[in-house]
Amino acid sequence: MSALNIKKGATSHSAYNLRDNHSDEIQRHTLAVIVENEPGVLARVIGLFSGRGYNIDSLTVAEVDHTGHLSRITIVTSGTPHIIDQIEAQLGRIVSVREVQDLTTTGRPVERELGLLKVAGKGEARVEALRLADIFRANVVDSTLESFVFEITGTSEKIDAFAELMRPLGLVEIARTGIAALARGA
Amino acid sequence: MTRQMTGAKMVVQALKDQGVDTVFGYPGGAVLPIYDEIFQQNDIKHILVRHEQGAVHAAEGYARSTGKPGVALVTSGPGATNAVTGLTDALMDSIPIIVLTGQVPTFMIGSDAFQEADTVGITRPCTKHNWLVKETDKLAATLHEAFHVATAGRPGPVLIDIPKDVQFATGTYTEKKTIRPHYQPQVKGDITAITELVKLMEKAKRPVFYTGGGVINSGPAASQLLRELVGATDFPITSTLMGLGSYPASGKNWLGMLGMHGLYEANMAMHDCDLMINIGARFDDRITGRLDAFSPKSKKVHIDIDPSSINKVVRVDIAILGDVAHVLEDILKVWKARGRVTDKESLPKWWKQINDWRAVKCLTYRNSDTIIKPQYALERLEALTKGMDRYICTEVGQHQMWAAQFLGFEDPNRWMTSGGLGTMGYGFPASIGVQMAHPDAMVINVAGEASWLMNMQEMGTAIQYRLPVKQFILNNERLGMVRQWQQLLHGERYSQSWSEALPDFVKLAEAFGAKGIRCDNPADLDEAIKEMLAYDGPVIFDCLVEKHENCFPMIPSGKAHNEMLMGEASTEGAIQAGGAVMV
Repeated sequence: MSALNIKKGATSHSAYNLRDNHSDEIQRHTLAVIVENEPGVLARVIGLFSGRGYNIDSLTVAEVDHTGHLSRITIVTSGTPHIIDQIEAQLGRIVSVREVQDLTTTGRPVERELGLLKVAGKGEARVEALRLADIFRANVVDSTLESFVFEITGTSEKIDAFAELMRPLGLVEIARTGIAALARGA
Repeated sequence: MTRQMTGAKMVVQALKDQGVDTVFGYPGGAVLPIYDEIFQQNDIKHILVRHEQGAVHAAEGYARSTGKPGVALVTSGPGATNAVTGLTDALMDSIPIIVLTGQVPTFMIGSDAFQEADTVGITRPCTKHNWLVKETDKLAATLHEAFHVATAGRPGPVLIDIPKDVQFATGTYTEKKTIRPHYQPQVKGDITAITELVKLMEKAKRPVFYTGGGVINSGPAASQLLRELVGATDFPITSTLMGLGSYPASGKNWLGMLGMHGLYEANMAMHDCDLMINIGARFDDRITGRLDAFSPKSKKVHIDIDPSSINKVVRVDIAILGDVAHVLEDILKVWKARGRVTDKESLPKWWKQINDWRAVKCLTYRNSDTIIKPQYALERLEALTKGMDRYICTEVGQHQMWAAQFLGFEDPNRWMTSGGLGTMGYGFPASIGVQMAHPDAMVINVAGEASWLMNMQEMGTAIQYRLPVKQFILNNERLGMVRQWQQLLHGERYSQSWSEALPDFVKLAEAFGAKGIRCDNPADLDEAIKEMLAYDGPVIFDCLVEKHENCFPMIPSGKAHNEMLMGEASTEGAIQAGGAVMV
């Protein structure tokens, strides 16, 4: 698990490092929560958000360290600075949570999402869809004479924009992964 | 050398290795193998309760009165769901308990089997942590880890769900000493922050210590250090309901309990102080009253082991994350090293102000020659048990607040009450747990008749194990606190708040084989209480008190500390619609 460089101790949140929580401004934060990959751990995290009335805008989870049995949950949430502090502290005290990182404290993190879009159509619309996909660097991962499945990777906004363009061209279905994110720099 | 044994035997072995001497439980199909092992040994006493909720509250009483974790053992399905209230209670009050539940065999989980419930799912939000153990090889390690999690950091309840096939199967026992849990909360406070606090203490003109259950949870050393710190600085000290006893009620700096039904001097000191030092309390809504008017002139310092408690409700100027005993030790060290400075000019003025508030005598009530006032009953109980090796439990409601106001606690772990959750029915089973831990002590449950009825089945337990618990019921034939709120907030419409069809408590006691005493005359009260205390066995004391007494002082919901109601005269129209929304 050395590659992850995970600190010991379940409560990495520091109470001495508090941002101004008088502000009422709603902020969007991306949190990386490193958890022990055991049954129910996702339910603990989600239950915390629903039980205490916090927002989840996006959530992804996958095991990132097979030998250490650690998973990384990436949560995009929004709230006042005070709420964001509480969310981090509440996450930090879940026994199976090893570490909570706020990726938004040091500028915007690198965030990527993958989308799969099924677009059905014939004739000019079909050609236009293919042309736009090329501009967005979306790949065709499945095609029939009447449909394409595009794979697109990028920020959520990019996928939103692509989906908007595909809508009049015969967008049938869309599947998105939610955001995976890393802080910038070393 | 590795030891092979069945899962059921592992449970008993792990409990022994963890120093457990008492388990409160109730058997059922899914825990039969464990009960079979309990039958074949004598190291651990099993106390058969009459309802699983009683088992968990008894374990809580055991834990609160000893500082050691309490253990409960119940079966799957209804056994587990009946434990939920106790688990939530322990979570809210940070009480270390381990609840072991049976589960249907692993191959039947998810099939809606007989007495199957999603126990880990149901109890996830009401435990500090829980486990479903699916392999016997992992059971012993999980049990040891559970004790660690329950007691380390901010204590709390944990639950282990053990399927029946895991109990039957044989596996390798993991020794306690080989466990290396990842969960290691920080106990030492940051010395820079502690030094900042000491600097504030040196300059403070109107300081106050506001202490809570964290002092008691930190252990006896924390209470000792607190006494030393209060004595050395001569600062006044108040405490939450949960923290009573950490500083002695007879101590000269004691202001009494604070909060909604706290003492006038305590709440006024909180409101007017210039330095508030919160030690192991959590700015609960019963304490703060109206938040935007809470102690407006003070610098606030918060010492807590749980990072999520800090700035949760009240924004503080200095946060010190750590265990109370460790932090208090460092505060004393730093304060002494810097020359033991306090503001010797301002403190006497502050004390003069406090003494003026004390002179208001906020607990004054109108006594009667003909009717027993509940306050009077508790004053007499206090006087007649003074100096005894005494433990007090309570149920929830008016009697609980009066007990907190009128009984004095000299030591920690002597006061068992449901604070955060406010669980009616807590006190009686808790008193059983306390008496098991302290067989020779005087254990009294101050109760209201309505709360007491919620878990009265535990009379059977008290009789079976010859536990001389004294059930001191202040019987007003009302849900007193509900009635009080209906009087003050709901136009005196007393909806469903009286106790119809009450049993004859004396006959009830006799039916169980206990002693029943009834008293309705103030002149007979002392003799009756003495009779209760002298009886070597469980007693139900039916103390018929004034039916419409209100509990004062009171900070109405939505009001500030300096807007306390002091007595009957000032209550008219005191609570506006805005306050009625709050609980």
